[in-house]
Amino acid sequence: MLELYSLIILMILGSLVAIHTKYLLSAVISLTLVGLILCVTFLYLQAPDTAITQTIVEVIALVILIRAVPIEKDTMGRKGAKETFSAVVTTIFLVLFAFFAYRALLDLPQFGFPLMRVSEGYIREGLVKTGSANIVTAVLLDFRAYDTLGEATVLFTAILGAIIVLRKAGRK
Amino acid sequence: MKDNKGMTLIVKTVIKFLAPIVILFGVYIILHGHLTPGGGFPGGVVVASAFILLTLAYGTEVAEKKMKRSLAALLESTGALFFLILAVLGIFLGGWFFSNFLPKGEPLKLLSAGFIPLANIAIGLKVGGGIFAVFLALVIFRVAGEGGEEQK
Repeated sequence: MLELYSLIILMILGSLVAIHTKYLLSAVISLTLVGLILCVTFLYLQAPDTAITQTIVEVIALVILIRAVPIEKDTMGRKGAKETFSAVVTTIFLVLFAFFAYRALLDLPQFGFPLMRVSEGYIREGLVKTGSANIVTAVLLDFRAYDTLGEATVLFTAILGAIIVLRKAGRK
Repeated sequence: MKDNKGMTLIVKTVIKFLAPIVILFGVYIILHGHLTPGGGFPGGVVVASAFILLTLAYGTEVAEKKMKRSLAALLESTGALFFLILAVLGIFLGGWFFSNFLPKGEPLKLLSAGFIPLANIAIGLKVGGGIFAVFLALVIFRVAGEGGEEQK
């Protein structure tokens, strides 16, 4: 568990650097560091499928952010009374969130134990029922194919929206 | 390359050899999705990343010759439609939405697991085409925003 906690602390540090750095390029690189450590975390938790997806999507996101977004000095900073107001509001919401998250997390079972009834069934009968040697793909495309259809719909709609907004006719 | 668009000769030469290998790796990840870690989504993104490499190294015009933006968008729509057709075919051939109507075959063989490889190919087409189309849209948008000049 110690490795997991140190990885999570590194991710939090990366996010903090991304927020507080002066330049957008440094912020993008810090965010990519967070994604890379997330990939290592997935590998530590023995989830290679998710780790592969995380790595590749992180690299593509880095390329798109650097290539397609104008990298200039961050001008989003707030000054004076506005800054105090946002700090107070953020603190209040963080405290509320932490309180309710703590209450909710008390009811969760211990990390990774015991296995749920459904997942035990998947692991035992997955190969026989679907014939797929990779249990993750069996769950994604057979037991939980509805979820994959929803995910594909979300991606399709997002790309459709981006292309429509950025098309030539809409630029004038 | 005679034109001076894109990156330097070193990058162009390396990517000329690298891009086919990256595409091959992506196709392998898609086709072996039911045997090894991977599947349609990461494989599709790997294939798209090969074309993104081409775009970055050679500039938008050369990459558009290899894979037009309209073709990428068409591939995405075809993949999504193929996935839905597979799901609806399950109603007629297997009894319910998304039923695995093809024979299961022998485990750990390439042709096994019923319609799961077909669904992986559909998702790979969809994701690969979609990611490349949206990348081209973003890059062309930025280039046009800078007065039509291709930036380094």
